[in-house]
Amino acid sequence: MALAATAKQEEPRVVLSARGLSKSFGAFMAVKNVDLDVRHAHVHALIGPNGAGKTTVFNLLTKFLQPTAGSITFMGTDITKTPPDRIARMGLVRSFQISAVFPHLTVLDNVRVALQRPNGLSTQFWLPLSSLDRLNARADELIESVGLKRERNALAADLSYGRKRVLEIATTLALDPKVLLLDEPMAGMGQEDIGTVSNIIREVAKTRAVLMVEHNLSVVADICHHVTVLQRGEILAEGDYATVSQDPRVRTAYMGTEEA
Amino acid sequence: MSEMTQTATKPHIERSATASRTYTIFVIIGLAALILAPMFFYPIFLMKLLCFALFACAFNLLLGYTGLLSFGHATFFGGAAYFTAHVVKEWGFPPELGILTGVVGAALLGLIMGFFAIRRQGIYFAMITLALSQMFFFFCLQAEFTQGEDGIQSVPRGHLFGFIDLNSSTNMYYFVLGVFLIGMVIIWRFINSPFGMILRSIRENEPRAISLGYSVARYKLGAFVMSAALAGLAGGLKSLVFQFATLTDVAWQMSGEVILMTLLGGIGTLIGPIFGAGLVVTLQNYLATSQFPVTIVTGVIFMVCVLVFRRGIIGEFYASRLGRKLGFEHRR
Repeated sequence: MALAATAKQEEPRVVLSARGLSKSFGAFMAVKNVDLDVRHAHVHALIGPNGAGKTTVFNLLTKFLQPTAGSITFMGTDITKTPPDRIARMGLVRSFQISAVFPHLTVLDNVRVALQRPNGLSTQFWLPLSSLDRLNARADELIESVGLKRERNALAADLSYGRKRVLEIATTLALDPKVLLLDEPMAGMGQEDIGTVSNIIREVAKTRAVLMVEHNLSVVADICHHVTVLQRGEILAEGDYATVSQDPRVRTAYMGTEEA
Repeated sequence: MSEMTQTATKPHIERSATASRTYTIFVIIGLAALILAPMFFYPIFLMKLLCFALFACAFNLLLGYTGLLSFGHATFFGGAAYFTAHVVKEWGFPPELGILTGVVGAALLGLIMGFFAIRRQGIYFAMITLALSQMFFFFCLQAEFTQGEDGIQSVPRGHLFGFIDLNSSTNMYYFVLGVFLIGMVIIWRFINSPFGMILRSIRENEPRAISLGYSVARYKLGAFVMSAALAGLAGGLKSLVFQFATLTDVAWQMSGEVILMTLLGGIGTLIGPIFGAGLVVTLQNYLATSQFPVTIVTGVIFMVCVLVFRRGIIGEFYASRLGRKLGFEHRR
C-alpha cells in the first residue's frame, strides 16, 4: 500500500500521451507505433540518432503533421484530428528547430504578439498600436525572467543565436502553456547560453510539462526526468537517463561514441 | 557584448522617431499639394489619379502587408463600379449611399473569393483569384444590369448629402479627395493596429504564428476582405467620376495594372502605390494622344523597374542614403 502511494507521488499525472503513433510518407515509415507519456512537472527528452524521426514525432504531436495511425490525447481530450492553432490555444505550445522569432519585430513586440490573443487584442483593426501598451507589464516580466531586459527594444534579428532561442522560450511562456515542446533548444548554442537555458527549462518545468528533442546528452542527463530513445522511427528504450544509458542496445545504436 | 546590443538598440528607436517626424512633414506637404492641385491640373485627370492611387493602396494592403498576391482585384474595383452605377442610376441612390453599396458589394465578393483562395499559397493563390475574377468578368458580360458591352452609361453624380452639387468638378474633386483621404487613414490605422501586428507576425513567420495559436487563415481573410472593400471604395468612386461603369474595370488587365502600379511605387510602403498609380495614369494620359502604344511603354518601364529598382520608387528612396538619413527603413 505504502509502496503504491509513493509510486504515485513520483509519477505525476500524464498530460500528453500518444498511442500507436505512426506516420508514413509514401512507402517510407518515418514513425512506427510510438507510445509516449508526458507527465506534469517533468522534463521528458526525446533522443536518437539523426533521422530517427524525433522531429516528425514532434510535428505529429503538435499537429503540424497528421498521423497515419494512432491517437493523441491531451489533458484527457482526444486531439488526433484537431488543427495546430487550436492545440496551441488549448495549451500545447511548440518551438521550432530553426529559431522561431519574428525577426523584424523588437523583443518586446515578439512577446506582445504572443500575449495579444489570450488578452483579446488580436482582431481590433480600428485601435491604435498604443492599445497594446497594456500588455507591457506582463511582457516585461517575461523578458526579465529569461534575462533579456537589456535587449528589450532591440530587433530580434540583431540578437545572437542563443538569445533568440531564449526569446523564443519567453514568447512560448507568454501563452502560459501546460505542455512545452522544445525542438532542440540547445542546438548551436555556446556553453554559457546552455547553462542559462537549462536553468530556464528547469524553472519552467516546476509547473508544467516539457518535452524536448535534444542532442546534447550532458544536458539530457542534467535536466531530464525521463528519456525516450528513438531509432528508425521506433522506440528503442525508455526510462530515466541512468537506465537508458546503460542499455546495451542504446549504447550500440547511439551512445557508442559518448561516455555515458 | 550586452553593451554592443544596447548601442544597437538605440538608433532603432531614434530612427523611428525621426521617421515619424519626416512622415508628418511629408504628409502636410502632400496634403497641401492635393488641395491646391486643381488650380494647376485638369480635375478629371486628378480624380482618376486619386481613384487609382486608392485602388493601388488597397491592393498593397494585401500584397505588401499580408504577403498575398491577388490576381483578381479588378473584380472588386469593377464590381463596385457596377454596383454604385446601378443603384445611383436605376434606384436613385444619393452618391454617398451609392458608394457605400459598392463597398459592401466588393467586401462580399472579397469574402467569397477569399474563402476559396486563402488556404492556398503563392502561385496557387494567384491562380484561384485570377480564375474567380474571370468568372466574374463573364458574369458581368452576360448579366442584364451591367448592360453588357455598353456598360452603364451616364450615371448621375447627384448631390452629396442632398445639397452639395457634384456636377461641379471642383466639388467633385474635393469629394474624391475626401474619400481618398478617408481610405488612406483606414489603411494606415489597419496596418498600425493590434490586427495589423498579427498580420505582420504572420508575414514574418507563419508557422510560429500558428504555434502561438493564431488561426492564420482567418486573419488573412480579414485582410483580404478589407482590401477588397477599399478597392471597392475606389471603384465606386471611379464610376461617379467618369459617370460610367464598363467591362474594362472588371477585366484581367485591370488586375495586372494595379500590380504594376504597386510594384512601381514600392510594395509594403504606405505611399509608394500612390506614386506608382500617378506614374502609370500620367503615362496613359499623355501617351493616349500620341502615336506611341501605351502598353509597350508601360511594359518597358515595368522591366526596367524589375531589373534596376526592385524596391519600387519609394522603396528605393527609403533605402537610399538620403532616405535612411531622414529616418526611413525599408525591410523586405
